[in-house]
Amino acid sequence: MNVITPAENKWIGTRTVRPDGADKVTGRAAYAADTTMPGMIWGKVLRSPHAHAVIKSIDTSKAEALPGVKAMVTAKDIVDFPTDKSVMLGIQDMRWMCRNVMAREKALFHGHPIAAVAATTEEIAAEACRLIDVQYEVLPHAIEIEDAIKPDAPILHPFLQHEGKPSNIAGTMVAKLGDIEQGFAEAEVVIERTFRTRPVHQGYIEPHACTVSYAADGRATIWSSSQGQFMVRAMTSLLTGVPQSNIRAIPAEIGGGFGAKTIIYLEPLALLLSKKSGRPVKMVMSRDEVMRATGPTSGSLSTVKIGAKKDGTIVAAQGTFYLQAGCLPGSPIRGPVGCSFAPYAIPHVLSVGYDVVCNRSKVAAYRAPGAPIGAYATECVLDELAEKLGIDPLELRHRNSAKTGMKAAYGATFNQVTFEETIEAIQNHEHYKTPLEKNPRPGIKRGRGVASGFWYNAGGESSAQVNLTEDGNVVVITGHPDVGGSRASIANVTAELLGVEHDRVSVIIGDTASIGFSNLTGGSRVTFASAMVVTQSVEKVIGQLKERAAKIWKIDPEAVIYENGACRPAGPNAGQFPPLALKDLAAKANETGGPIGAGVQLNTQGADPGFATHVVDVEVDVDLGIVRVLRYTAAQDVGRALHPSYVEGQIQGGVVQGIGWALSEEYLYDKQGRLDNANFLDYRMPVCSDVPMIEAVVLEIPNPRHPQGVKGVGEAPIVPPLAAIANAVHDALGRRFYSLPMSPPKVTEVMDLPLAAE
Amino acid sequence: MTEIRYLAPGTLEDAVGAFAAAQAAAAGSARILAGGTDLLVQMRAGVVRPGTIIDIKKIEEMTAITEQPDGGFVIGAAVSGATLHDHPRFGQVWPGVLEAINLIGSKQVQGRASPGGNLCNASPAGDSVPAMIAAGAVVTIQGPNGRRTLPVEKVPAGPGRTTLQPGEILVSFTLPPRPKGSSDAYLRMIPRTEMDIAVVGCGVSLTLAGGTVTAARVGLGAVAPVPLLVEDAAKALIGSKLEESALEAAAAACRAACNPINDKRGTIAYRTKVAGVLLKRVTAVAAERAGRS
Amino acid sequence: MARIHVTTTINGEPMEFLCEPQQSLLDALRNNLGLTGTKEGCGTGDCGACSITFDGRLTCSCLVLAVEAEGHEIGTIEGMAQGETLHPLQRKFLEMAALQCGICTPGVLIAARALLEKNPDPTETEVRFGLAGNLCRCTGYDKIVRAVMETAAEMRETAS
Repeated sequence: MNVITPAENKWIGTRTVRPDGADKVTGRAAYAADTTMPGMIWGKVLRSPHAHAVIKSIDTSKAEALPGVKAMVTAKDIVDFPTDKSVMLGIQDMRWMCRNVMAREKALFHGHPIAAVAATTEEIAAEACRLIDVQYEVLPHAIEIEDAIKPDAPILHPFLQHEGKPSNIAGTMVAKLGDIEQGFAEAEVVIERTFRTRPVHQGYIEPHACTVSYAADGRATIWSSSQGQFMVRAMTSLLTGVPQSNIRAIPAEIGGGFGAKTIIYLEPLALLLSKKSGRPVKMVMSRDEVMRATGPTSGSLSTVKIGAKKDGTIVAAQGTFYLQAGCLPGSPIRGPVGCSFAPYAIPHVLSVGYDVVCNRSKVAAYRAPGAPIGAYATECVLDELAEKLGIDPLELRHRNSAKTGMKAAYGATFNQVTFEETIEAIQNHEHYKTPLEKNPRPGIKRGRGVASGFWYNAGGESSAQVNLTEDGNVVVITGHPDVGGSRASIANVTAELLGVEHDRVSVIIGDTASIGFSNLTGGSRVTFASAMVVTQSVEKVIGQLKERAAKIWKIDPEAVIYENGACRPAGPNAGQFPPLALKDLAAKANETGGPIGAGVQLNTQGADPGFATHVVDVEVDVDLGIVRVLRYTAAQDVGRALHPSYVEGQIQGGVVQGIGWALSEEYLYDKQGRLDNANFLDYRMPVCSDVPMIEAVVLEIPNPRHPQGVKGVGEAPIVPPLAAIANAVHDALGRRFYSLPMSPPKVTEVMDLPLAAE
Repeated sequence: MTEIRYLAPGTLEDAVGAFAAAQAAAAGSARILAGGTDLLVQMRAGVVRPGTIIDIKKIEEMTAITEQPDGGFVIGAAVSGATLHDHPRFGQVWPGVLEAINLIGSKQVQGRASPGGNLCNASPAGDSVPAMIAAGAVVTIQGPNGRRTLPVEKVPAGPGRTTLQPGEILVSFTLPPRPKGSSDAYLRMIPRTEMDIAVVGCGVSLTLAGGTVTAARVGLGAVAPVPLLVEDAAKALIGSKLEESALEAAAAACRAACNPINDKRGTIAYRTKVAGVLLKRVTAVAAERAGRS
Repeated sequence: MARIHVTTTINGEPMEFLCEPQQSLLDALRNNLGLTGTKEGCGTGDCGACSITFDGRLTCSCLVLAVEAEGHEIGTIEGMAQGETLHPLQRKFLEMAALQCGICTPGVLIAARALLEKNPDPTETEVRFGLAGNLCRCTGYDKIVRAVMETAAEMRETAS
């Protein structure tokens, strides 16, 4: 594949205004909750007040008698997928999804849906929920990993077995290379530490919402925000029994997802309510519901052991990762198991993950799912190892970097490893070279930390259609919800390849009826995959343009070239005819053979993994235990930045989510197993004044298997920050922290402990 | 579903009459609406479901800021933080009270939230209350039996409860005139830089003469069921030149006054420790301001 | 239920609507008046997505009762551009990619405008604290802060 070099570009790599921009700064853009329909009514969900309880009975009679109530849905209306047979949709098992959208045998967490009501106003729907009489038999609950895996733990699901016994360990995953025992036998220095992280929420500002209209002919239209309208269609179909062909899912603008909108919560309920009531139904979650009942990512308990030679050669690495799945199986153990040691050339690796169910909301994907958890443990142990060996922590990483052609423990053989380049970018950066004043004022200490990270990246199914309008403009349709500027990148690619001005390109996200199947916006795949299908579609359009010009000129299409937005005769005919611009050919489309346009549908291949290395300076108010980030620099190989601003934006946003995870965000439960901080006041995401500018060092080492050289960007940035910040706090205070978040009470508690003799 | 009435009387008498009548009809069913930044959140959460909402922002006395001839200030209970911030004189005289009020919520919340609401919401962690206590503020209350005044620290009765009698409305805060060499300050500990509830809040008001503290008051928030006036801390400061020993004694008094809980926002040990740390820091700020004025 | 008639001014235009006594202004703007540019992120005044101006003062519309709008002037994102002419902040946000998903953007713009009206030459720290009531989960705030400061510089130049 020919990779276009930056020097040849007019649009690729420039900071154009995004196609959807004007709508978003003027309030016109329609997000999920912005849709209304004539005759629309409102749906609300009744949620479990208990962490774990048998649902003995549900009496809806009083609620149904309330004037204004139009429909009611309980678990018996949802398609049941028996627990003994797996039915997969992508990585989601419908056995679990059907029990997640509505509690079936038991309520499994505080906030688990029990019933849904549709009524003429939101207030009536809420009042109806209060009138539903549910009889529970409250059961003992398990919130934390230790509580869920101890011998006498309350068992959430009798059908889950581990080592032949009912267990809350729902599954395991292993990645290995070499012989781990031999590896540690060869090691001269071994460090083993145990780490804990808390569940953190993706924290998108837009609550889940949808409007669903089910018509008398059995056809349903869904307006909702998600990370994949095709996922919405398929999952809603499976959960409601309405065939996919009868569902049209229209993607609204999405107000943030970060992985959590790769599954659905409301759409099947709204569809069934609409079907029963004969009215369009709108459902909007409150923030409280979002926090209580949509997936955060897992809390974790990890042990990492690394062995090295005295010269810094790492010879063995072992990781054991317990991740909370929430109430139903499916934690992202693949993240820490596969990613933790992947950037390093380690001959002996054993990485084991355990998927642990507990009485929390079912986890959902969150940016590089699970990988930050593994990197936190691994990169902190590497920092300790570097300290013990007297080697610069970046130098230690550099010496042990994986190489192109190596096989990773998780199974893949790397086509291209660009980890060393990210380390060198930080080593050579002014930030890293400038010494830090470690004791600037009494009571204030500063420290610097580094860490690296890895993410798989992904290809997968994508579709695109590129059409020319009669007046010579270009309309591109793709099938991916745009979470962070992918339309801007696609506009740049299209304008570049067609040689037209950027403002003549419109980029639209099609609904499930207007564009071919496209997999989720997730896995850092959208820009990679959609640029690929758009490129191939444009190549077809160019082929058509050449044919039309050839027809007009009455020459062989092979003798036409397309450059700078126009067809020109080439070879023996060069200079014989004046060029025919795209606009001229579009105007003559009908007389030369009909409309001009082409689409491509592919299962895209060739995604290369992402590598990132970060450096951070922190300042600690020692008496209060407050940690602030002073300076942050993040280097990452992105392959090719189609739109540099949105590439930087991915890195900056990912880093700040990592800062929140490291310092202030956590799910807090009370003794009854109820979530105690289901709001933005006490679930502390970083605010604007909490963070500094985040410098993104964008390395462009083209992916040779992509037409523009693109690699996935969005996920790797959240992998290193947890460890980088923990390492910086150690540098400041001389203490290691083995659990997150490093909140003020925890910092002062550790500072008040006597220094352990090491 | 219950019918809700919204009233916006133009006079205090009408407000008191309506409030008393509504409370007589059903205890606790009427709520006063000032900035609404707590009330609307509680209504939305279903924590309170008032039958009558009485908006007091059309009552002039409750939205006025008056500098009195003796140099004191009277602040209407419903004055917003942003309005107080824009007052040309108030922040010069009472910088600590102003910074405490201006720490309630975001800039958006400042556009509405009032010191009266902050006091009557009766959270142990309300930011303005320790500063008002340190300032020696006196509140004016009007009820069915007329007017009365009360030191601000006598208003909170416990989390979410005040000593106001049925039908009584908090009208205004009166802050005393400032002798030369006086100033005040407020600091709170929050995990983030903004948008948090105080884990501990501390207000200090000082008068200095020749470097010696001649008068002091210390208010402490979020360390007990109600914000505290810490007289022992003030005693430790008065007569000192703010030497380390005096500061440590005052800090110890603050720690001793703490009777906090473990909750999602902080632990007992952490809150107690921080109370002492903040006392020293706030005192330093107040002293520097007093020295400058 | 007895609905209340409210006469108010929104983005300079006289408006009337009927609302429930307990309805928030945010809800009335979105559901009664169709002004959906103002977003709900939390409903508790903690995210700033519903920022509006009330008699020129920045506030969260989720913390105001709709009935309180009677006789007052409300400013929303829909009134920020003048016809086809974007406000300098809106233009700069587009040029500098100061938005990703865009759900917080209307609130951020309203808050940033209020900030610059009070302080035409803010420091980075002043911008950061001025926007601390507006949560953004996508951008890490970097490009937002830069865009506000750039706009301020540009507006000072235009004014002088």
